[in-house]
Amino acid sequence: MPTNPFNPDATHVLPEGQDTFGDVDLGSLEKSLLRPRNMFSFALTSLTTVLTLGALVPLFAVLIALTTRGFARINVEALTSLPPKAIVKHDEDEPKVEPATKEAAKAEAAEETVRRGGFGNAILGTLVIVGLALLITIPFGILGAIYLAEFNPKSQLARALRFCAKLLTGFPSVLAGVFAYGIVVLLMGNKSALAGAVALTILMIPTVLLTAEDAIRMVPHKMKEAAIGMGATPTQVVWHVLLPTAFPGILTGVMLAVARAAGETAPLLFTVGFSRFWIDDFGEVLRPMASLAVLVFNFYGSSDANQQELAWAASLVLVLLVLAFNIVGQSLSPKMKHS
Amino acid sequence: MATVERQADVAPLQAVARDPQRFEKVFDQFFRGLCTSFSWMTVLLVVWIVGQMTVQALPSIREHGFEFIKGTVWDPNARVGDQHGVYGILPHIWGTLYSSVLGLIIGSIFGVAVAVFLSEGFLAATIFNLLSKFNLQYHRYFGRLPDGIEETLRNLIQLLAAIPSVVYGLWGFFILVPLMQPMAHWLHENLRWVPFFSTELGPKGMLPAAIILAIMVVPTISAISRDALVAVPPKIREAAYGLGATRWEALLGVIIPTASTGIYGSIILAFGRALGETMALAMLVGSMNTIEISLFSPANTLAALLANNFPEAGADQVPNLMYAALVLLAITLAVNVVGAWILQRSNRKREGIR
Repeated sequence: MPTNPFNPDATHVLPEGQDTFGDVDLGSLEKSLLRPRNMFSFALTSLTTVLTLGALVPLFAVLIALTTRGFARINVEALTSLPPKAIVKHDEDEPKVEPATKEAAKAEAAEETVRRGGFGNAILGTLVIVGLALLITIPFGILGAIYLAEFNPKSQLARALRFCAKLLTGFPSVLAGVFAYGIVVLLMGNKSALAGAVALTILMIPTVLLTAEDAIRMVPHKMKEAAIGMGATPTQVVWHVLLPTAFPGILTGVMLAVARAAGETAPLLFTVGFSRFWIDDFGEVLRPMASLAVLVFNFYGSSDANQQELAWAASLVLVLLVLAFNIVGQSLSPKMKHS
Repeated sequence: MATVERQADVAPLQAVARDPQRFEKVFDQFFRGLCTSFSWMTVLLVVWIVGQMTVQALPSIREHGFEFIKGTVWDPNARVGDQHGVYGILPHIWGTLYSSVLGLIIGSIFGVAVAVFLSEGFLAATIFNLLSKFNLQYHRYFGRLPDGIEETLRNLIQLLAAIPSVVYGLWGFFILVPLMQPMAHWLHENLRWVPFFSTELGPKGMLPAAIILAIMVVPTISAISRDALVAVPPKIREAAYGLGATRWEALLGVIIPTASTGIYGSIILAFGRALGETMALAMLVGSMNTIEISLFSPANTLAALLANNFPEAGADQVPNLMYAALVLLAITLAVNVVGAWILQRSNRKREGIR
C-alpha cells in the first residue's frame, strides 16, 4: 500500500491501484527528467555548472604555467641579484675569437650555460614604490572616510566625494600614469619612483576610502553613543571608538589596494621606468627604479631565453605577493566572519 | 552627612565622564577641519586630473582638431607639407571598442552563469544532499562544508581579478596564442568567407586579447550580478515556486528579470574596465593601426598606444598622446557614469518592491 511520503502516519492512504485523486493524475505530480520542462531545467543547471567551472580554468591554467615555467628559476641568486643584460648573439660573419687554452674554452662554455642574474632590486623597488604610494594614500583615504562616515555624511561635499571615489574606481590605470607623467615627470625632467607612487595613489585612494567608510559605518551605534554620553568630542569618538573598532575592515581595504597597486604595470612604465641597479639611498626615489611588473614587461619579448625565464620567475613572485595580500586582506574582512 | 555621601557617589562618575577640556575642543575643530580639507583635496584631485590632461592636450587639439579623431594614420615620422607627423586615432578607437565588446560578450556569458550558480546555491545544495546520504549534514565539521565550499568558490572567482594584467599578457603570449593558432588556422582555411575569420592568426591578434579581457571582467560581472540576484526578495521567488515553476522557469521568468537592471549595470561597469585595460592588450593585440573585422588580425587600442609610445615620447609628441588619453578618458567616464546610474536605479527599483 503506497504511503504518503510527507506524512507517514496519515490514515487516509490511497488504496492500492488508485492513481488519480479527483481529476488529478497522481503520476503527473512526480518529478521526472523525461518531461521537457524538467529536462530544460536540468540542462540549464548543468550548463551553468560547466560555465562556472570553465571560468575557473584560466586561474588554474595561469598558476600552473607560472609554477612549471617560473618555479625552477626561483633560487637565492634570482631573488638577490641584479637583472642580466640580454646576451647579444655573435654575428655569423664576425670571426669568433678562439679561446687560447682548453681550460679557457671550458670556462667560457660554462659561463654561457650558467643561469645568471635575478630581480632582487625589482622586488625591493616594487615594495618601495607601493610603500611610498601607501604613505600618500592613507591620509587621503582614511581622513576622507572619517568625513564621509562620521562628520558630515549628507553634505554636498560628501556626495561629491563619494561620486569622485566611484569615478576613480573605474579610472583606467594607464591614465593615472599619464597624469603623473604630466605633473611629476615633465616637471622634474626625469622618470622617478615618486611619479609612480603618485600614479598608484590615484588608483589606491578609492579602494581605501570606500572600504574604510563601510568599516566605520559598521561600528555599532551603541558604542558611539556611549562615548558621546561620557562627554567625548567627535574627534575623541573617532580616535578611541570608531578607528579601533573598524581597524580590521580598514586594513582589508588597505591590503586590497596594495595588492592591486603591486601588480599595476601600465602607470609605472612611463613614470618610474626601469633601473638595473640597487637602491642605494633615499635620493633614489627621485630617480628611475626597477619594479617586478615592468621587469616582466621588458623581458617577455626578449629573444634571450635567460631573460624570458626571469620574466616567468618574476611573474610567479609577483603573483604570490599579490595573492598573499589579497587573501590576508579578505580573511581580515569583518564581513567574512559574520557569514 | 547626606551631602558627603552624595559626593562620594558622584566622584567616581566625574572621573569617567566630564566636559571636554579647552585643548580637546580646539583639537576637535582642527581634526574636523583636517578631514574636511582632505575630502576637498580628493574631489579637487579628480578635477585636477581632467584639467591637467585637457591643458596639456590643448596644443594638439588646436593643431589637429577633429581630424585627429577621424584620421586613420598614426605616423610621427611622416611629413605632410611643413607639418611634422600625421596623427589619427580612429583605428585605436575602433580597436578599443571592438576588443572590449568581444571580451564583454564572452565575459558576460561566463559572468552571469557564475552569478546564477553562486546565488542559487546549486553547489551547497548538492553537497548538502551528498552529506545527508551519510547522515553527516549537521555534523560539527562536515556540516560546514556546503557553505564553506561555496564561499571558497566565490573567493576563487574574485582571485581572477587579482592576477596582474601583465601576467595575463605573459600567459596569453606564451600559452594561449600557441594553443589557439591551430584552431584559428583551421577556421581560416575552411571558413575564409566568414569576415571574422578572413585573416591568419599571427603571434598577436584581436581574439587572444579579447579572451584575456573576458577573463578579467568575469569577477566584476559575477560579483555585482550576484548581489543583484541575491537581493531579489525571497517572496517573489517563493511565489514562483508556489505556482509550480521549475527552478529555471522561476529564474528566467521572475528572478533574472527582477535583477536585470543590476546585471546590465554590472556589464556596463565591466565595459568601462575593459576599455581602460592596458597591459594585456599592449602585449597581445599587436599594435597595428588597422580597422579590421577579422578576429585574428592584429589591431591597436588607445591604452596600448599610450603604453607603447609614452615611455620614449619627445616633447612634441606629448600633446598628441595627451589628446588620445583625453579621448580614452571621455569614453571610459561616459561608460562608467552610465553604469553607476543604472546600478543606482536598480537599487531604487528593488526598494520599491520591498
